[in-house]
Amino acid sequence: MSGKKKIRIMDHELVPKHEVVPKEEAIKILKELGVTPQQLPLLRASDPVAREIGAKPGDVVRIIRNSPTAGKIVIYRFVIAG
Amino acid sequence: MMKEEKFIGAIKFGILSPDLIRKMSATAIVTSEVYDENGLPVEGGVMDPRLGVIEPGQRCATCGNTLARCPGHFGHLELARPVIHIGFVKHIYDLLRATCRKCGHLKIPKDEIDKYLNLYERLKDKWPQLARSLSEFVKRKAIKNMECPHCHAKQYKIRLEKPTTFIEEGPLGRLWPNKIFNWLDQIPSDHLRLLGYDPNFSHPKWMIIRVLPVPPICVRPSILLETGIRSEDDLTHKLVDIVRTNEKLRESIASGAPEVIVEDLWELLQYHITTYIDNEVPGVPPARRRSGMPLRTLAQRLKGKEGRFRGNLSGKRVDFSARTVISPDPYISINEVGVPIEIAKTVTVPVRVTPWNIDEIRKYVLNGPNKYPGANYVIDPTGRRIDLRFIRDLKAVAESLKPGYVVERHLIDGDIVLFNRQPSLHRMSIMGHIVRVLPGRTFRLHLAVCPPYNADFDGDEMNLHVPQNIEARAEAKTLLLVQEHILSPRYGGPIIGGIQDYISGAYLLSSKVTLLTQDQVSDLLASINYDGEIPEPAVLSPKRVWTGKQIISLLLPENFNFSKEAKISSGVLKCTDEECFWDSYLVVKKGKLLLGVLDKAAIGAQQPESMLHFLVREYGNAFGKEFMDRAFKLFLRFIEMRGFTMALTDIMIPEQAYEEIKEVVEEAKKEIEELIKMYREGKLESMPGRTLEETLEIKILDVLSKARDKAGERAVKYLDPFNNVFIMAKTGARGSALNITQMTAMLGQQSVRGQRISRGYRGRTLPHFKRGDIGPEARGFVASSFVKGLSPIEMFFHAAGGREGLVDTAVRTSQSGYMQRRLINSLIDLVVEYDGTVRSAYGELVQFRYGEDGVDPKNTSFGKAVNVERIIEKHVGWKK
Repeated sequence: MSGKKKIRIMDHELVPKHEVVPKEEAIKILKELGVTPQQLPLLRASDPVAREIGAKPGDVVRIIRNSPTAGKIVIYRFVIAG
Repeated sequence: MMKEEKFIGAIKFGILSPDLIRKMSATAIVTSEVYDENGLPVEGGVMDPRLGVIEPGQRCATCGNTLARCPGHFGHLELARPVIHIGFVKHIYDLLRATCRKCGHLKIPKDEIDKYLNLYERLKDKWPQLARSLSEFVKRKAIKNMECPHCHAKQYKIRLEKPTTFIEEGPLGRLWPNKIFNWLDQIPSDHLRLLGYDPNFSHPKWMIIRVLPVPPICVRPSILLETGIRSEDDLTHKLVDIVRTNEKLRESIASGAPEVIVEDLWELLQYHITTYIDNEVPGVPPARRRSGMPLRTLAQRLKGKEGRFRGNLSGKRVDFSARTVISPDPYISINEVGVPIEIAKTVTVPVRVTPWNIDEIRKYVLNGPNKYPGANYVIDPTGRRIDLRFIRDLKAVAESLKPGYVVERHLIDGDIVLFNRQPSLHRMSIMGHIVRVLPGRTFRLHLAVCPPYNADFDGDEMNLHVPQNIEARAEAKTLLLVQEHILSPRYGGPIIGGIQDYISGAYLLSSKVTLLTQDQVSDLLASINYDGEIPEPAVLSPKRVWTGKQIISLLLPENFNFSKEAKISSGVLKCTDEECFWDSYLVVKKGKLLLGVLDKAAIGAQQPESMLHFLVREYGNAFGKEFMDRAFKLFLRFIEMRGFTMALTDIMIPEQAYEEIKEVVEEAKKEIEELIKMYREGKLESMPGRTLEETLEIKILDVLSKARDKAGERAVKYLDPFNNVFIMAKTGARGSALNITQMTAMLGQQSVRGQRISRGYRGRTLPHFKRGDIGPEARGFVASSFVKGLSPIEMFFHAAGGREGLVDTAVRTSQSGYMQRRLINSLIDLVVEYDGTVRSAYGELVQFRYGEDGVDPKNTSFGKAVNVERIIEKHVGWKK
């Protein structure tokens, strides 16, 4: 094992696209959905993907993933500590 | 009088302390006597009158209320020696091991305790789950410590001898409950809090019972038998045992009896109190009645399916409902249910009297409760109920009716009711039906609604509920009515549709050979009250005759286009487009059935993308209901005209055929012999991932199943391909090709667990075979057919295979039922909100869009929102 070569998990085909949503936009999205941040599905800050994209607790992360029914679907997660 | 409103702000559970028990007690129980010689309850006994009213008319000695209003009052019993509460044994065990035997402190250094306590306080409110695991962790850590970090006392191992005996493997020896009490009493409050106990409301020392609460009499009423003998409740019996033992124990202590005797009585008291609380504790012989029946004590009253929770709180019984056997009635609509007069006279609908219906309602009241259609109750505007059973002058009551009165009248035709069959596994298990009051004692339902209820008529019973207000009735009519459930949300196809004879009838009527005379056409159309035009006959000379397809076309909408392969399109009858010689490709253009036959693939239930499916989808549920009502009646009328039955001759084949089948079997046997020989000589090559034995088995099974199919083909060749059995199998009405093969040709290989039958005696299935014989006959191959009959050995193998099937169904239903229960309990509160999101009861997002595409599967074809091909066909009349 070389151990030096870093594996970029975001490149894996099973990992969908994640991105941190800017604060202003996040507020707008929450308003649109009519939810408090806590009511979104949660994402731990220690999650490998969250670490990779540098999501901090309090951020909202946008995930765009493939769906068997809808083709592509956009969902949001709220980053919590841990 | 103003009603005082009170709100429950919070509920806290705790353990009753002896002080509280004494405080809430109406009386102390001091004697084991229950009744005196006059049969009156003894004061200070377990049936003390101060514990509540027993007989109606009496006034309570404690609260002064009568039976209906007295809530009952607790008493208490002072125990001579404390005992352990069986429900808390585990807690006591953990606490004894986690704390010091000398000073009672948690066996963790002081600084650590402070640290954990701090952490615990912070976690407690926000993350109760985490706080609990912290407590658990601290406890485990303390148990491991064999020396007290506070007083440095050496600790000993403590053993729990189930169910209630604690023994220290050290100087203390047996830990009697009074010792345990002192031990638990020593534990500092902070340490208890860290372990998750609230010392103010559930101090562990209260887990040792010193004072026993005695429940009120209304919790354990005695029953007066017809013979006049009083029969006491199980709990009362148990309480008497407890009081008596307690008395004896107190006496022996007072008289200074030897310690052994006192201890024996103490243990007995412990036993009685244990079984009083829970009579199913492992390791404790259950207390029994004189008849040998185990007593139903406190825990048994709450536990299980018929316990307080599942039986009384979650499972409620309702008024305005009826249950009886169901039977079929093809002459009513799929929306209807036939209700026996007797039931119609019992379950009622409340109707408010208005100037517009007063005359009608007067008639009901005049008829009274016994004459149908009548009424059972009249409720005047003050809310007084008049029971018409006891009214002699119905006329006067009818006269007195004014707008504002409410009359509970009998069920009449046109009322809407909910109809249900258990198990209620999906939403189509409860549907709204329109009442049709009929003579007889069974509920009648249309055969096409059997699939959604999964009902048949071998004795099935169903329940009926009558909605009692306008909102409920409106909801039932718009949401629950059968026609609204023709399309299933499970797969988007019609779950209500043709079955069995409807399919056979549709096939026969639509078949090419069906030509109908004027009389026959009139008969058929009269059966569905058809009042439109009759088209020109298809054949004018030598006789004017109509085809069946012409008749069916009368029921189709004028602009309906459809084409699809029929179910019969297989084998030699295969057709894939309109150029079809066999009439096995269904073509409807502009509402005319031009080509092909109707069979399961066109009108069957649970057949997505069928003609029926698109009819319902494109012309609406009301049309779908109308179509089914009429078409199905038509098909039945036709099958009645033609006659349809199944005879033995339908599945008999000539001697010659048997010869052929024999040949097939011989051939297969030879082949298998060859395989076995190869296997014995080691020449058989194993398949990838299989052992040699497995390979042989698979190959043998393969040969035998091929042999059965071949035999079936040979046999079927001799059958008339248009006999009724064949028609049923081909059209999908009932049975399959395999069923025909098994009846005519041979049953084939019988299997248990997917393998040939191999168990029984050592190395053989039955003593009729040699050991090690792995030929077809010795392992459950049945070469006989049902018509020919099975040999005794074959019949044994068939029974073995059949038994497995029965066991499988039994196991599967219970397992899938439990899975369904768990799924429902976890998904019950999820809701699709108006914005299309799926949310929990707390508003948490579960899906951002229902199913991620926001599509209702009921309105899809196979989960796809849009079916382009169908749209083209619908408008243009052809596919692609």
